[in-house]
Amino acid sequence: MSLENKNTDGEGINASQKKENAFANLKYLIVGIFFGIVFVKAEIISWFRIQEMFNLESFHMYGVIGCAVFVGLISVQLIKKFNIKTLDGEKIEIQPKTFSKGQIYGGLLFGFGWAITGACPGPLFAQIGTGATVIIVTLLSAIAGTWFYGLIKDKLPH
Amino acid sequence: MSILEIIKEPWPWYVAGPLIGLTVPILLIIGNKSFGISSSLRHICAACIPSNISFFKYDWKKESWNLFFVFGIFIGGFIAAYFLTNPNPVEIAPELVAKLATYGITDHSGLVPAQLFSWESLLTLRGFIMIVVGGFLVGFGTRYAGGCTSGHAIMGLSNLQWPSLAATICFMIGGFIMALLILPFILSL
Repeated sequence: MSLENKNTDGEGINASQKKENAFANLKYLIVGIFFGIVFVKAEIISWFRIQEMFNLESFHMYGVIGCAVFVGLISVQLIKKFNIKTLDGEKIEIQPKTFSKGQIYGGLLFGFGWAITGACPGPLFAQIGTGATVIIVTLLSAIAGTWFYGLIKDKLPH
Repeated sequence: MSILEIIKEPWPWYVAGPLIGLTVPILLIIGNKSFGISSSLRHICAACIPSNISFFKYDWKKESWNLFFVFGIFIGGFIAAYFLTNPNPVEIAPELVAKLATYGITDHSGLVPAQLFSWESLLTLRGFIMIVVGGFLVGFGTRYAGGCTSGHAIMGLSNLQWPSLAATICFMIGGFIMALLILPFILSL
């Protein structure tokens, strides 16, 4: 069964045709560990850094996101231009995003949550790792929010 | 300074940003995976509480790489906090320090301020809004928008997707509205 609304919600998609076992999935665990360390060491998961960003008091977060987009952009364009394959020789596929009003309404709501919690979904996992156990509640609440979206999705403007 | 000492210092944006950007090609090349984190929340719903909702009826096992990835982020957070601890206090913009002091937030020792996010504060109105309502908005908003900072702002913009640009602009507008106009009221509760 394919992922419903692949085109409108193509985030974090596995475009590989290959079935991967738990062992193969360990490589994503390792990339995640590396990523989590960067999150903490660059203080991206700091509530204070996010407040500084939205109060225009520090360049740090703008620099981080700007550099990340720049490197990501160059990488994706190189992959496309030179038709670079995956390690298994598959063609790399990236789902295009389709516009919906959800990007406006959902985007604003996420922005509210981001400024309150000082975290987007990735940092939530890293914050719990650093020992801030109460963030487990924030994560469970975020899961509840996702579930609630699924429940009322058809009644929302898209 | 030894390498470990350098690693223990806070990393500047021009080091962290490119490293995060590199996640995009790494995930694509090692397994044809598009970078995105908030989808992990959807997979958790699909795996644990699908409740016969069509949005959660799909083959989440095919996307289980994403759950390994976020579990890795959790472990990475643990390693960085316990083995690569920054020996110095976290530096915060003086304007923010002054502003937060007016709300009684004076402890800047952690990345997550304990005076706002703790099990004790969970039972206060301010703590409940910040921990529970904030989390709910993150989960609901990202899924409604079809992605978060990673899926839209980094992955989407890297692939020159204008819907992702719209989403990113709205993330920022929402953040500014909250931080500048609404959060001061929440913090004074």
